[in-house]
Amino acid sequence: MLKEILKILEGDARITAEKLATMTGTQVAEVKKLIKKAESDRTILKYKTMINWDKVGDEQVWALIEVKITPQRDVGFDAIAERIYRFPQARSAYLVSGTYDLAVLVMGKSMHEISDFVAQKLAPIEGVQGTVTHFLLKRFKEDGEILAGREETKRQPVIL
Amino acid sequence: MTINPQGQQDKYRGKISQRVERLSPSGIRKFFDLLASMEGVISLGVGEPDFATPWHIREAAIYSLERGYTMYTSNLGMPELRELLSRYLKDTYNLEYEPGGELLITVGVSEALDLAMRAIIDPGDEVIMPDPCYVAYSSCVILAGGIPVMVPTSEENSFEVSAADIEAQITSKTRAILLGYPSNPTGAVMPKDKLKQVAEVARRHNLAVVSDEIYAKLVYGVPHTCLAALPGMKGQTILLGGFSKAYAMTGWRIGYAAASSEIISAMTKVHQYTIMSAPTMGQVAAIEALRAGKDSVAEMVEDYNRRRLVIVEGLNDIGLSCFEPKGAFYAFPSIKATGMTSEEFAEKLLIEEKVAVVPGNAFGKCGEGYVRCCYATSLADIEEALSRIKRFVDRHC
Ligand SMILES: Cc1ncc(COP(=O)(O)O)c(C=O)c1O
Repeated sequence: MLKEILKILEGDARITAEKLATMTGTQVAEVKKLIKKAESDRTILKYKTMINWDKVGDEQVWALIEVKITPQRDVGFDAIAERIYRFPQARSAYLVSGTYDLAVLVMGKSMHEISDFVAQKLAPIEGVQGTVTHFLLKRFKEDGEILAGREETKRQPVIL
Repeated sequence: MTINPQGQQDKYRGKISQRVERLSPSGIRKFFDLLASMEGVISLGVGEPDFATPWHIREAAIYSLERGYTMYTSNLGMPELRELLSRYLKDTYNLEYEPGGELLITVGVSEALDLAMRAIIDPGDEVIMPDPCYVAYSSCVILAGGIPVMVPTSEENSFEVSAADIEAQITSKTRAILLGYPSNPTGAVMPKDKLKQVAEVARRHNLAVVSDEIYAKLVYGVPHTCLAALPGMKGQTILLGGFSKAYAMTGWRIGYAAASSEIISAMTKVHQYTIMSAPTMGQVAAIEALRAGKDSVAEMVEDYNRRRLVIVEGLNDIGLSCFEPKGAFYAFPSIKATGMTSEEFAEKLLIEEKVAVVPGNAFGKCGEGYVRCCYATSLADIEEALSRIKRFVDRHC
């Protein structure tokens, strides 16, 4: 039941406990209890709003930074990863397989700001062998949402 | 009377055949015209998914066009599609149909229904069907020269047709029983034991059973029973299925019939002269749907189920008692508490609150007192529609 509730909430965080109860055939009190628990054990990390900032003309610059690092004894990649992801500029950080080790999504107000961050903060960290910066040029789809808009359904109003 | 380009009145009055003249329904036409003229309407009157066809299916069809799949296919349908369908029916129901002679790919279940009736009915033959039922059933029987015989079903019996009621209607003219479960318009699903009783009646009286199982995959918390899979029923069942509803593929126009080679070859005769072959692009899409559509269907079913629960509870809260539909994507609430007829209710609701529902009597006499509400509509629209219906009912009750 928790999974079912989480799935619905992931799609729309504003659905009320009452509606969740109807949709899953559960008691409202039980839904509230499950949500509360999920919040406190950090199964639910937070509720947020997805915004298309382009619409309000807000300049945001994003870059995907490939980071190659030398793993350290006992802690592997984790210690260096932590030094990187603790920076608020790093919005997401992942350990990945392939030709580099960390993929870090960085956000800033300008290209300049991001390149400064990479050159002055990220690259000099001990154990970082090298970085490759890819600036994001166009956002097509974000977390399952196509930014150009959803397809309209083109249905006849009545079919018997 | 029409005016031709020379400005003269055209005197020709074509004679319309009585068979076609007799086809219902015009009463409801007025309602459709009204709806077409209005804006800002939330329609629960639709009869198809609100999802567009899953992208992998569309993409496969696009690729087929690029490769030049633009010709007719075999009359029976693409061999690969029939192979996959045969395997699907085996895996799902443990039914074995020979792809080379017991399966026919059609232009939707619509065509398959028409073919089935034309293949088995002689003038005056009777076909028994539940009331209310899908609008095309009785028309297909009439067009084939037959006589539809309605068996009443009711909310008290969850709109499940009873074997005894069917048997009571059997005469020397009865040729077939036509069933459509999960049901449009009621959302009813026939439980296995009740379906078995119907099968027994069919066997006892040697009647063909045409089973429209287009909503087979859209069931919620109950299993769908395939009529042909009941012991001893494969031979006398014409099983109809399609891609429109489960895969959100209404516009592609692909369905199928599965039956004995004798019946399929009779249906194929009509099909080859009237249709040639089902749309090639649609068949390619259907192949992709059968190969890789499972997850998309499961996701859509999960989504319909949530909306189903919301609309049923919402209607009951408003005071329009609504039996729990276990299949398809329709709720069929009773509007008897308002004292209006189905048509009055639908028309007033449309004019006053701009919500479209389908009057239940469009589906047969026993649909009177009910309206069909399709919940294959966004949750936001369902909730807005419910609040408008509540306002309407509060005002009139
Ligand atoms: C019960 C039933 N059978 C058949 C059809 C026709 O489906 P198709 O698109 O396969 O022709 C419909 C469509 O509304 C239906 O509800």
